[in-house]
Amino acid sequence: MSRRTSQDAIPDTREERASYLNAGQGLGSWLLTHDHKRIALLYLISITFFFAVAGCAAALIRADLLTPEADLLSNEGYNRAFSLHGIIMVWFFLIPSIPNVFGNFLIPLMIGARDVAFPRLNLASWYIFMAGGLLTLAIVVMGGVDTGWTFYTPYSSTYSNAYVIGALAAVFISGFSSILTGLNFIVTVHKCRAPGMTWGRLPLFVWSHYATSVIFVLATPVLSITLLLVALERIFGVGIFDPALGGDPLLFQHLFWFYSHPAVYIMVLPAMGVVTELITAAAHKRVFGYWFIAGSSIAIAVIGFLVWGHHMFVAGQSPYASAVFSFLSIVVAVPSAIKVYNWTATLHKGEILLDGPFLFALAFIGLFVVGGLTGLMLAMLAIDVHVHDTYFVVAHFHYIMVGGTVSAFFGALHYWWPKITGRLHSDLWSRVSAILIFGGFNMTFFPQFLLGYEGMPRRYHVYDPSFQVLNVMSSVGASILGLGYLLPLTYLLWSLRYGKPAGPNPWGATGLEWSVASPPPKHNFETIPLVATGPYRYPLEADAPDEGEGEKEAERV
Amino acid sequence: MSPSIELWPPMASEYAGRVDLLIASFGALVALLSAPVFILMAFFAVRYRRGRRADRSHREDRNVWVEVSWSLIPFVLVLGFFVWSTKMFLDQRSPPENALTLTVVAKQWMWKFQHPEGAREIDELHVPAGRPVRLTMTSQDVIHSLYVPALRIKQDVLPDTYSQLWFIADRPGVYALRCAEYCGTDHSEMIGRFIVQRPEDYARWLARSGTDEGLAERGGKLFVKLGCSGCHGPASPVRAPSLAGLYGSVVPLEGGRVVRADEQYLHDSIMLPNKDVAAGYKPIMPPFGNLIGEEEVSQLVAWIKSQADAGRAQP
Ligand code: HEC
Ligand SMILES: [Cu+2]
Ligand SMILES: [Cu+2]
Repeated sequence: MSRRTSQDAIPDTREERASYLNAGQGLGSWLLTHDHKRIALLYLISITFFFAVAGCAAALIRADLLTPEADLLSNEGYNRAFSLHGIIMVWFFLIPSIPNVFGNFLIPLMIGARDVAFPRLNLASWYIFMAGGLLTLAIVVMGGVDTGWTFYTPYSSTYSNAYVIGALAAVFISGFSSILTGLNFIVTVHKCRAPGMTWGRLPLFVWSHYATSVIFVLATPVLSITLLLVALERIFGVGIFDPALGGDPLLFQHLFWFYSHPAVYIMVLPAMGVVTELITAAAHKRVFGYWFIAGSSIAIAVIGFLVWGHHMFVAGQSPYASAVFSFLSIVVAVPSAIKVYNWTATLHKGEILLDGPFLFALAFIGLFVVGGLTGLMLAMLAIDVHVHDTYFVVAHFHYIMVGGTVSAFFGALHYWWPKITGRLHSDLWSRVSAILIFGGFNMTFFPQFLLGYEGMPRRYHVYDPSFQVLNVMSSVGASILGLGYLLPLTYLLWSLRYGKPAGPNPWGATGLEWSVASPPPKHNFETIPLVATGPYRYPLEADAPDEGEGEKEAERV
Repeated sequence: MSPSIELWPPMASEYAGRVDLLIASFGALVALLSAPVFILMAFFAVRYRRGRRADRSHREDRNVWVEVSWSLIPFVLVLGFFVWSTKMFLDQRSPPENALTLTVVAKQWMWKFQHPEGAREIDELHVPAGRPVRLTMTSQDVIHSLYVPALRIKQDVLPDTYSQLWFIADRPGVYALRCAEYCGTDHSEMIGRFIVQRPEDYARWLARSGTDEGLAERGGKLFVKLGCSGCHGPASPVRAPSLAGLYGSVVPLEGGRVVRADEQYLHDSIMLPNKDVAAGYKPIMPPFGNLIGEEEVSQLVAWIKSQADAGRAQP
């Protein structure tokens, strides 16, 4: 039925001219735009670029780990490769990925606004982000940094002789972009909702971005200050973290994880919001437990601030503090579990379309569940003492951040692509790439759980030959995963030219973003909509579908 | 190590077996908790595929009781494991009194071990089987982490701080020992061998490694050589506290605080004497932080500890 609606609604030329893509031509109209949709595209292009750079570093790492000896890279080179991979993936891809692309594009459309609250600030955030990103690239060209993305002291503050200051500055700068984006989203959600768009009617995507924004605003400054302190120690020898100067190296870890644990939720909450939308749209059914899902986003954001010590069970913090952090880490798993169970219940009695976006959502859920449950294992003190700082941890957080967030990112890209570009993409190929990514991912990272339990520490360039078989499996999986990531690039770009026009609502989904043309007009809504119902107004009673099903669905749209 | 694939790491202690049991049982629980999700999702996706006939009446979009039960039941089950694992962890933090104490100094990129009898080794750690062993560890530079997979334990090793690790290795054999905390260029080559020997073999090994000088005696010699005795010695012209009986006593500090003189306090008194100044004395002791390494400090500490029973002479 989606195809039919699309044919009914091929945009006429007048509408076409009014779309945000056509309002203003030339590079200048993009680089100086205040339109949240165009800024979202600027982010999309730039983070895709950073994803590719960090992906190349990952490819180098996996190629090097094919053998237990140091052959492809030197020890120095390897340390630089994983540091670069981590820093760029975390700060220049994962953290901005969903919020800055899809949050930017969709939040105003979803709440019935013409733009975010501060459009100019929004553009400024992108420039700040790019400044940080380009500085990082400059550092790479100059020779890179070897501290890992965690910048542990006193290695980073005293011992490393790489370009630590430059890397610190790059991350410091990009932090402002996060803070400003978070601020912008919070004010937008508070102030720019269309009449009738009450808090209880917000799509859950918006709730999860609201929760994320709170973390952006509260956690990022702590990171910025911490990095500044490392720089002070490194440049002026002020004793803060280096015990030889009278400092305390554990202080750094406390401050760093006080930001970086919540940052994990910055990466995963928006993904959860995406998956909620994808699941209800595919199931054509109201989401199960709206308030539980919305509330769990807020709960995650709040409790997420209280668990940082689970990164330090063997670092030398008090064992009783460790016990408390272990307990709180179990508590923070509850809201995540609530979401997963609610997604499952949403599928019950749905009318599920097994399309590409849905498969990406399933991939997210499957991988996130594995990542989350192994996280629970890591929260257990006696288990963590063994597997901390091994490949078990590497596998765990890749399941969450790559398996989870990146799958959701691709799901979002496929689901909203018709809205963003006005074109339909190939459903067959999107399903193929979802399956490829899911399979390749598991093959890459599952062996790493075993490697970790067997005792292979992370950041090991030279390793015991008994680990080779699993490492080779992982590297083979990574090449499949790489293919899975490259594939969408081809058919999505292809669709720009050859894809059928999408029409306003190709999925037959609810939500204000689907009520406007695809691509949306420059100012989103000609008249601001009046919202009278909650989100996901799929019928509560559905009959067993019969021959007339097509008609009925068309009516609902 | 053989180049073949090992699916389960070797075990050198009874504790390692307990960790394996914990993770296996907990793994079973989480599999149980997640199985419904995987099974139901697949089942629903097939059963309620769009266009397929199925009973879709009485759809629900909320149910508080269901929500509460699927939040609380898993939580309570997991709490049982929390208690189990936390107890194991806390036990693993309190070494028995009679433990054999070895000192460990980590530096980029090697491990140095000292036995109380004086034997010293690099990147190899010999321990007697069946006897509690306590490692007192510190780093000469950045943070490292001593990890013995066969014992299922690790502990970060920090500069200027003593951290501890204890275990009873009961299965003689040769196992891997690795640095688990990233520490710079050759981090992955900061590895060694952990050798568990039957007590008689260990005794023989100690004898063979040929030192007639224990750790404390070596410390005593240093105490003279570095000029410590010039101030701290009984006939010294300078007013400095006697170190006999210091270890384990309660020391009043300048400014009113008191501390217990443990290994960390002795370490800091030597390396950074101005951090805590003993009450009633002038802060004239020179800092030795830049003059001696952590190994020497551990020898001095061992010597001061050996004087613990001498009874504290009051100045
Ligand atoms: C110049 C004289 C001098 C020298 C040399 C010296 N000390 Fe001291 N030391 C002192 C004085 C005075 C104090 C008490 C004030 C303070 O705590 O700093 C002291 C305190 C100490 C304490 C703490 C004692 C307490 O009761 O709390 C220890 C331990 C110690 N010294 C060990 C050493 C060692 C080991 C050396 C040689 C490496 C050494 N000292 C060399 C003068 C000296
Ligand atoms: Cu964390
Ligand atoms: Cu190391």
